[in-house]
Amino acid sequence: MRNPKKDLNARDAPYATLIPEDPEDMWHCYNLIQPSDLLRASAIRKVNLSAGNSNDDNNGSSRNKRVHITLTIRVRSIDFDPAAAQLHVNGQVVEENEHVPLGSHHTLDLELQRAFTLSKPGGGGWDSVARQILAESTESAHKAVVWAVVMQEGKAQICHITEHQTVVKASVEVSVPRKRVGGAAGESEKGMERFFEMLLGTLLRYIDLSVSAAGTPLLLASPGFVASSFQGYMKKQAVRTGNRPLLQLLQKNVIVTYASSGHLHALNEVLASPAIKTRLADTKFARETGLMDKFFTMLRLDDGRAWYGPREIERAVDQGAVGSGGGILLINDTLFRANNVAERKRWVSLVDRVASGGGEVRKLSSMHESGKRLESLGNIAAILTYPLEDLDEEEEEEEGEDQAANDAIDTQQL
Amino acid sequence: MKRAMNFVVIGHVDHGKSTLMGRLLYDLKVVDERSLSKLRKEAETIGKSSFAFAWVMDQTSEERERGVTVDIATNSFETDSTRFTILDAPGHRDFIPNMIAGASQADIAVLVIDASTNSFESGLKGQTKEHALLARSIGVQRLIIAVNKMDSAKWSQDRYQEICQQMSAFLSSAGFQSSKFTFVPCAGLTGDNVTRQTTDEAARWYKGNTLIEELEASEPTVRSMSKSLRMTVGDVFRGGITNPVSVSGRIDSGTLQIGDSILAMPSAELAFIKGIEIDNEGADWAVAGQIVTLHLADIDPVHLRPGDIICHTTEPVQNVAHFTAKILAFEHVMPMSLNVHRGRLNMAGKVTRLISTLDKSTGQVLRKKPRILQPGSVARVEVEMEKSIPLEAGIRIVLRSEAQTIATGLIESVR
Repeated sequence: MRNPKKDLNARDAPYATLIPEDPEDMWHCYNLIQPSDLLRASAIRKVNLSAGNSNDDNNGSSRNKRVHITLTIRVRSIDFDPAAAQLHVNGQVVEENEHVPLGSHHTLDLELQRAFTLSKPGGGGWDSVARQILAESTESAHKAVVWAVVMQEGKAQICHITEHQTVVKASVEVSVPRKRVGGAAGESEKGMERFFEMLLGTLLRYIDLSVSAAGTPLLLASPGFVASSFQGYMKKQAVRTGNRPLLQLLQKNVIVTYASSGHLHALNEVLASPAIKTRLADTKFARETGLMDKFFTMLRLDDGRAWYGPREIERAVDQGAVGSGGGILLINDTLFRANNVAERKRWVSLVDRVASGGGEVRKLSSMHESGKRLESLGNIAAILTYPLEDLDEEEEEEEGEDQAANDAIDTQQL
Repeated sequence: MKRAMNFVVIGHVDHGKSTLMGRLLYDLKVVDERSLSKLRKEAETIGKSSFAFAWVMDQTSEERERGVTVDIATNSFETDSTRFTILDAPGHRDFIPNMIAGASQADIAVLVIDASTNSFESGLKGQTKEHALLARSIGVQRLIIAVNKMDSAKWSQDRYQEICQQMSAFLSSAGFQSSKFTFVPCAGLTGDNVTRQTTDEAARWYKGNTLIEELEASEPTVRSMSKSLRMTVGDVFRGGITNPVSVSGRIDSGTLQIGDSILAMPSAELAFIKGIEIDNEGADWAVAGQIVTLHLADIDPVHLRPGDIICHTTEPVQNVAHFTAKILAFEHVMPMSLNVHRGRLNMAGKVTRLISTLDKSTGQVLRKKPRILQPGSVARVEVEMEKSIPLEAGIRIVLRSEAQTIATGLIESVR
């Protein structure tokens, strides 16, 4: 993303003008734009020309026209479609112009290569989190991209992994008959062949071979032998059809690895496996996966240094336990997308407190599998500098369970 | 009518499960001499002559090339008193989902253990224990432990005793009653103590039953025929020109007959039962516990998947995305992503909330909202599925993640 102009410290309306350049930038925009912000961008709007224009040569019949205008809206809601990388921002018009009256609603669709201006007048303005996202998104460093196919017999998901997102581009499902006595010979082999054919066809529709052969790795992960069989199938097909870019890709950039299942969350293991680590060591998603693994390992030790859940972490931060010397705060970006300003402030101030206390803050992307793991922990977790006990001590709440008697019976059966 | 029984063959990879079953079928003349000598010849040409018996069960080219069982193989045989169905499970850890699918169809389990030096020990660390625990938590109560490859252990009584002791200790601690498991020393490759008493001089000390006698001595479990129909689909295939859509699987509860209208869940598509096959013979009806093939009419096969539940239209099972379960943790459990297995069905889900830990014997709530569950503890948790699947209270599930069995459990309520 390019940022030709900005003034983040202006008194009344600190702003930044941005030009998104690739689909990933839409994700950053999604994280930057908050409800009640002002967004100025070009728009196409259908305008009714008949009303008030009686000198026109139409005879009172209404006529619609689409006009290109620039609108400024106060943001109300934001809708992000990760698969298509489209961002729709809805709000009320705050600057009148000749076609659109003040206060009418409009949904702006942000587009690649088209500038927009985002200003944050009220509230916290450009807080530390927003500034960091802005800095990150305008960095023009090399961005790692990986294609991954997680599969099991008859089922596969094709994912595109970028620095900040894991997007499932397609899933392929083919029913493969199982072996059985008296079954026609090769029935299940035929089924697998059909599955591979469909998977390869789908895969080739998504990946750009000229780019992939040059550097984007393709991970094939599965339990058992499915991935390596698929690699064999790809080779056979590439040779048969004389597909040279595919052959090149196979020679250089295909990594076959182990996953315990064909479900998407198996990506966690895939990204943590040694073979992948060495190739993708310095990427955000590999770091995040490693970090979550570290957190879970510490949680298993149960030594009071790994905690999760909003209330527990706030308490820990209040006590200064997420400080210098190993304190790490893990927080999902979902929390900063909160719809009300107070909620966002709560998390931003938490991050600021940790940072000022010398602790490390790692913002995880909720679009990665590692972020999903954090999500199940309540979107926030921390590794403390020193052990604390009883952070979770609650004001007693009554649920009135009378199940103990039943439990005694069922427990025997387990 | 003869009584019917299904048994699953479990154990660590390469401990000889498929070979033992191949031998059993050959000695009982289910597999004829001609087809076996054909297999022998094929196995010799690729230099794996000892695999001939295993190939009776391992039929796909992939399994033969790699020398491991990948998927459940079913076969059946009869003795004077009983009709048996074999479910030969894969031992390799990657294929535990398939093993779960097999074990969920079985009344009893045959745990195969390699008696030769080091193999038994490496199996203990590997899948021997995991399989036994899984079988137990899926609901298999009776276990026959076939101490296999006794020929390569020179029929040593000491070795046999040592294995028996270690396994007994482990199984008792895992909750098997000592009356429910028995040991048989045998050798799959030579056939000693499989269907006939061994004639080996070194094995004089063993006076007990052969494997087949032990199997016959087992009592089949009581089936719930009066409950509503639930059948887990194990396979969907083309049964032939006249039967374009066929499914096979075990009837978990209830009964069905030709002409019944059924629902396939989760797709909720209606179909009619056109024909029923049990052990490759036509039948008019089938009851809980039997493994059957149904030929269906009025349904497109795209609506059917292995793992689907077939039920009557009158008492359908609901698709649910949330449930509460009581679980026994094998590993640490925290809010995390995992796979939920119900027989052949295998779906991604996540533990969203740890509700409470429970006392193992009394079921009293020990602690509300634990942060993490330690291995061995019993707890109530809430699970959310990625997609709605047919589940209901009282169903046994297995939770797995990263190639490990995390916990097994019983669904308490769904929503």
